[in-house]
Amino acid sequence: MTATVEERKATNKALIEEVLKAYPEKMAKRRAKHLSTFEEGRPDCGVKSNIKSLPGVMTIRGCAYAGSKGVVWGPIKDMVHISHGPVGCGQYSWANRRNYYIGTTGIDSFVTMQFTSDFQEKDIVFGGDKKLDKIIDEIQVLFPLNKGISIQSECPIGLIGDDIEAVSKKKSKEYEGKTIVPVRCEGFRGVSQSLGHHLANDAIRDWVFDRTDTGHTSQFVSTPYDVAIIGDYNIGGDAWSSRILLEEMGLRVISQWSGDGTIAEIENTPKAKLNVLHCYRSMNYISRHMEEKYGIPWVEYNFFGPSKIEASLREIASHFDDNIKAKAEEVIAKYKPLMQAVIDKYKPRLQGKKVMLYVGGLRPRHVIGAYEDLGMEIVGTGYEFAHNDDYQRTTHYVKDSTLIYDDVTGYEFEHFVEGIKPDLVGSGIKEKYVFQKMGVPFRQMHSWDYSGPYHGYDGFAIFARDMDMAISSPVWGLTKAPWKK
Amino acid sequence: MPQVADKVIDHEMLFREPEYQDLFEKKKAFEFNHSEATIGQTVEWTKTEDYKLKNFARDSLVVNPAKACQPLGAVFAANGFAKTLSFVHGSQGCVAYYRAHFSRHFKEPTSCVSSSMTEDAAVFGGLNNMVDGLANAYSLYKPDMIAVSTTCMAEVIGDDVDAFIKTSKQKGSIPEEFDVPFAHTPAFVGSHITGYDNALLGVLRHFWDGKAKTTEPLVRVPNDSINFIGGFDGFVVGNMKEIRRIFDLFGVQVNIICDPSESWNTPTDGEFRMYAGGTTKEEVVAALHAKATIVFQEFCCEKTSKFIAEHGQEVVTLNAPVGVAGTDKFLMEISRLTGKPIPAELEKERGQLVDALADSQAHLHGKKFALYGDPDQLLGYAAFLLELGAEPTHVLSTNGTPEWAAKVQALFDSTPYGKGCKVYPKRDLWHLRSLLFTEPVDFLIGNTYGKFLERDTKVPLVRLVFPIHDRHHHHRYPTWGYEGGLRVLVMLLDEFFEALDANTMAIGKTDYSYDIVR
Repeated sequence: MTATVEERKATNKALIEEVLKAYPEKMAKRRAKHLSTFEEGRPDCGVKSNIKSLPGVMTIRGCAYAGSKGVVWGPIKDMVHISHGPVGCGQYSWANRRNYYIGTTGIDSFVTMQFTSDFQEKDIVFGGDKKLDKIIDEIQVLFPLNKGISIQSECPIGLIGDDIEAVSKKKSKEYEGKTIVPVRCEGFRGVSQSLGHHLANDAIRDWVFDRTDTGHTSQFVSTPYDVAIIGDYNIGGDAWSSRILLEEMGLRVISQWSGDGTIAEIENTPKAKLNVLHCYRSMNYISRHMEEKYGIPWVEYNFFGPSKIEASLREIASHFDDNIKAKAEEVIAKYKPLMQAVIDKYKPRLQGKKVMLYVGGLRPRHVIGAYEDLGMEIVGTGYEFAHNDDYQRTTHYVKDSTLIYDDVTGYEFEHFVEGIKPDLVGSGIKEKYVFQKMGVPFRQMHSWDYSGPYHGYDGFAIFARDMDMAISSPVWGLTKAPWKK
Repeated sequence: MPQVADKVIDHEMLFREPEYQDLFEKKKAFEFNHSEATIGQTVEWTKTEDYKLKNFARDSLVVNPAKACQPLGAVFAANGFAKTLSFVHGSQGCVAYYRAHFSRHFKEPTSCVSSSMTEDAAVFGGLNNMVDGLANAYSLYKPDMIAVSTTCMAEVIGDDVDAFIKTSKQKGSIPEEFDVPFAHTPAFVGSHITGYDNALLGVLRHFWDGKAKTTEPLVRVPNDSINFIGGFDGFVVGNMKEIRRIFDLFGVQVNIICDPSESWNTPTDGEFRMYAGGTTKEEVVAALHAKATIVFQEFCCEKTSKFIAEHGQEVVTLNAPVGVAGTDKFLMEISRLTGKPIPAELEKERGQLVDALADSQAHLHGKKFALYGDPDQLLGYAAFLLELGAEPTHVLSTNGTPEWAAKVQALFDSTPYGKGCKVYPKRDLWHLRSLLFTEPVDFLIGNTYGKFLERDTKVPLVRLVFPIHDRHHHHRYPTWGYEGGLRVLVMLLDEFFEALDANTMAIGKTDYSYDIVR
């Protein structure tokens, strides 16, 4: 029996009250502001966001370094990104976001490598600037084809007062204007990955865009159909399965940010006619900057599931002439039979299944359309590091009575899932095994569970298959021993 | 349109389709990359002696290190105690990383909280974070004990964890008598094995030395029991089971101090168990009175071993023994300490391992291996390879000390197969890449990160070192004891036979050696 909207609201209310009881009083008050039920017609989701996590709870959030190195800078393939500070941060973030790229690793591409200044006690005491200076020399000797270097600050850098900007300027001069970018993304800054995205965007503005011409920018010849993909990290090849559609509709993708990206592409982006923005949270800052400074409009798009892809292709085409608009329709028509076949195959198995999501960036809202294309229903969603504008945007996607949880803690998430008993949870590696132990099917919605791509039409086929394989797996019928049933 | 609903293809095949190949080709126009010739020449140059010399000359840059940071080891250690919540004092991103890192290796949940320090804590210190954090952790997760460790941030600003915990108790965050052992684990000192050592020492010190001066230190009343400490070990799930079995066969009551093998091996039966297994507080207390402690990883437990010895116990330190002689020594030590004979069952297993070695040694004899990982484990694997007549040609450890290197060299010197083998303390996988080109070997033993070396140098990789993120369930099987030795042998042989098959399967060209019997 499907519950009514009002029944759901009552269930959610009871669940929220129940989890809050476990906290000390003062803390319950703080957490209460982050848990809510979506009321149709409201301008946001009724939760506070982008506020410090409570100490001592199992937050799923990361840090500013993860936002800058792990998300924005790390995928730029022909630069060497130094994890500046102790060894750990670089080690744990080594190659695990699956930012696919084409290149010769260690020669002209460096994404799946870990470069660190491996701070020792003496570096903390005496400062690490001299070491950084030397490291840049050593990179130039051993990796001569690198097109640039970024310095991703870990916690101690800001605390001990290192002047990485001065080192960057000095070394850039020494190496004939080489792109060397210091990023103040120490992990203690801000409340989550989110500030790291912002700082990384600012570093692109200040240390890449605002530099003098580097040669290839003047060689670059524009066309009226130039667009840049912004905020696609090419996880499992997502940016490629997106790019192919933009090219098919007659646009010229001059740049990918930053999955499979190069510094030349980033530098040439101000010549685009339109920036198409996928992950709003991580790259709205630079998109707004390009709009203000270079007059480039930007448009958000969503390439999850045929309904949203269709709408997005039309939205992007609306910024161009009739030729492009017609081609967009051709692309939509071309893939329609494939999409229909995918839906015909999987929808009967997935119809009516309930899903709870908890991810970062844009996915807690963007993937909802893809699930709905398969007849599935999102009953709960929330963000690791959203701001209020993300929750405003979420209202276009969620239905009345959806449970909303901002910066959910391990304790809350477990209880919500126990109370709601969804058919699928989509979240990250830290949550995966918790819910699978509980017998709840799960898909990792950061890494696509090592599958993918999920973007674009080619990606949707994989998405549909993956959700089916998770939910329909025979293993869930084995979790209870027959003598216990 | 490469995708078809009937047979959906993944990234592995999708991007090989002509549409995508064309897309990649066109994208190059925007990349302004170097010429193919330049790239090719640079690739070749990185394989040379000249490059190796330049690579080994660097003293500041570290590339692809084979070590992690202290708090990771502390979280491992805390996970080995019953109903214990690991609490890392510092910024929260670190904890997200530790939890993800362990989950990727064990395919299990890893519970751990942080005090979520941010800018204000950087300026004013993290006392409030500790006070609130302990209260929240205690109320939500209902542990019996909270084990505190620190990140580099908390250490740089100099937070006094001991005082903070006391203040938290005064402020009522947690009851006065609640156990909160702690350790300082700055990420800029040592590595994850140092963190394991410090955190373990923190727990023992807390219970044995008077709970941070709030009670009287315990007085040792020696008995005949034996303690066992395993150290940081990616195969802990399989190994601890094997260690318990060995002691059981002896009929010896073993007290395992720090055993995360249950918490990283809970069943899927509809219930999530945040806490499972682990050493209880009573067992930690009882451990003081033991006759002796066997420590399986010398370099991972230096401070802990010293501390235990100072409390009047004999401490036997080994180096993660793998294979016959290593296990022999372990069993003889148990026998010596307890006065019990080595069980016939184990003697038979020894013979069975030797039997397997005799059957298979010919295939591995004289084969050259490069190994990297934690110091003790490399000693264990290197000794086993030498036992097989194989040659551990390059033994490289990013967190190995000169003392460790001397010990490895002594091992090389003890057998003719060690001639020409070299040990490399404080080097990383980019150094190893140079070695693999200039002084090639047949096989590589290491962790998942070695797959980049395997790709570049075509040297097959055997995954026997933490972390293993790209293969499943290896941690469920032991590497220690005779049974573990057998498992390691099979892994080495499988890799050898796979490589042999791959090298001989060209039809009508090399498949004369594509044998059915070996």
